[in-house]
Amino acid sequence: MERPLTQHIRPGGEALSLAEYEKTGGYVPLRRALGGMAPEAILESIRTANLMGRGGAGFPTATKWALMTSGKDARHPAYLVANADEMEPGTFKDRFLIEGNPHQLIEGLIIAAYTVRADIGWIFVRWAYKKAAARLEKAMREAYDAGYLGRNILKSGFSLELLIHTGSGRYMCGEETGLLNSLEGKRAVPRARPPFPQISGLFGMPTVINNVETLCCVPHIIRNGPEWFLRLSRTRDGGTKLYGISGRVKRPGVYELPMGTTLREILSDQAGGMREGFTFRGLLPGGASTDFLVDEQLDVRLDFSDGMKSGSRLGTGSIIVLDDRTCPVGFVLNLETFFARESCGWCTPCRDGLPWVEKTLRAIEEGLGEPDDLAVLNHHASGLSPGRTFCALAPGAMEPLQSALKHFGPDFERHIKEGRCPWK
Amino acid sequence: MLTADERREIEAALGKFPGRKAGCLEALRVIQERRGWVSDEAVRDVAAAVGLSPDELDGVATFYNMIFRKPVGRHVILICDSISCWVTGYGGILDRLRSRLGIGVGETTADSRFTVLPVCCLGACDRAPAVMVDNDLYVDVTPDGLEAMLEKYP
Repeated sequence: MERPLTQHIRPGGEALSLAEYEKTGGYVPLRRALGGMAPEAILESIRTANLMGRGGAGFPTATKWALMTSGKDARHPAYLVANADEMEPGTFKDRFLIEGNPHQLIEGLIIAAYTVRADIGWIFVRWAYKKAAARLEKAMREAYDAGYLGRNILKSGFSLELLIHTGSGRYMCGEETGLLNSLEGKRAVPRARPPFPQISGLFGMPTVINNVETLCCVPHIIRNGPEWFLRLSRTRDGGTKLYGISGRVKRPGVYELPMGTTLREILSDQAGGMREGFTFRGLLPGGASTDFLVDEQLDVRLDFSDGMKSGSRLGTGSIIVLDDRTCPVGFVLNLETFFARESCGWCTPCRDGLPWVEKTLRAIEEGLGEPDDLAVLNHHASGLSPGRTFCALAPGAMEPLQSALKHFGPDFERHIKEGRCPWK
Repeated sequence: MLTADERREIEAALGKFPGRKAGCLEALRVIQERRGWVSDEAVRDVAAAVGLSPDELDGVATFYNMIFRKPVGRHVILICDSISCWVTGYGGILDRLRSRLGIGVGETTADSRFTVLPVCCLGACDRAPAVMVDNDLYVDVTPDGLEAMLEKYP
């Protein structure tokens, strides 16, 4: 099984230096891209490879890139921003990629910037990722010294300046327009779309924002071709996927597997199943803002296109497992406390609705729940739906809630009926 | 008042941005790294330096989790309270910190040695529970392991 993104990474060890990265074939794709591939040809490769954005939404990368204007009407400077503000609870794949192989991200970013004709690259790194940021800074200096960044890269005529920004901490910085506001020194509230960032993004200029894992796929597609990338996958979405798994499983961790690997394989074969003394009850397949799936749904192929059919979604591909010794109401309360705290406050349904949900769940968990509380929760689950809030935060927050009410309804009812948490 | 060193560092940080206002978070970071937190006076001084009104800048400063608008201890303990850590032992760690330091989340010890703050997912879920002290990440944290960890921060 091929693991192009992670095969050279030394988990827990030092990052690959520039020399080591070059020894694995690193920056050969950049030489090929800048040495004779037209941006249109690269775009076509990415399109054929069916590379879907790995940040959670699964938007086709080529479509995103194609929205950038080229030719004499294009405005400059244009920006290519790498979103490394990984903060979705349960998600730790981008940290693994950056710490292990920062040059892979930088090379992907340069090729992407060349394709969309960007002049300036930004990497927005989460404040908590100190080690990742330090390794990126070092790799960036190495890349400048080697002539992979700066003016007239590899004598191609293409120039790119790269900058690294460390965030100040807020979940909304991961939302791409919130991230742009934060880079501009503003509160990280989302922007209305249209205009899309490709038309008016960072500082009002054309901008593409891509997730770390997405950009890391790019050099490999250029090196081995889009057909190879498609063959890596078990479904029509191309490539491998970094799946993470945490909770009370035997081997929590991040695993690079073919896109479309089933949840059961990840849980049983990779993570080794549940730890001794714990029984599986359910899981969130793609971070905190995805729907719970239970045992009979674990054979679904986890990708962006088919994952939806299970009633949940791939999201960031980071699985969080609920076991039988953990209270499902407490579990959901923890998630909703996070979302309520991280709501940016821009729109009323989210700002007021999420704390209401949190308060209601807390009452139930503390044995003060009333029979009507379930109706209050269901009301929010349907009320904070896509289209009724300004961005995707609140609808995302409702996914684990609505699915918990569906799958673990009797547990909620028992809390209310008995006036206590049966797990305490 | 900003010191000459602070001013120099802020100017260098602002250079990355096309306008001075955009660099206001970088400027606040400079102040916090040097002083530990951002006082009202610092907000006024930085606002003047980047061309914002103090209220505009405070609106930005108070939005972000990692800009401290109140004094903190010499060391800041960030305890991850997100889901994977909550499942695997957050409660026990919080209880031990509370009994050991005599403070809860959001509080500072009387000797100003530690401040305990909540933090969202630190991206170490495969080795939960996780705690960060200043710039150091600790994983697979246990209540008994806290003692040795705290000793490193006088």
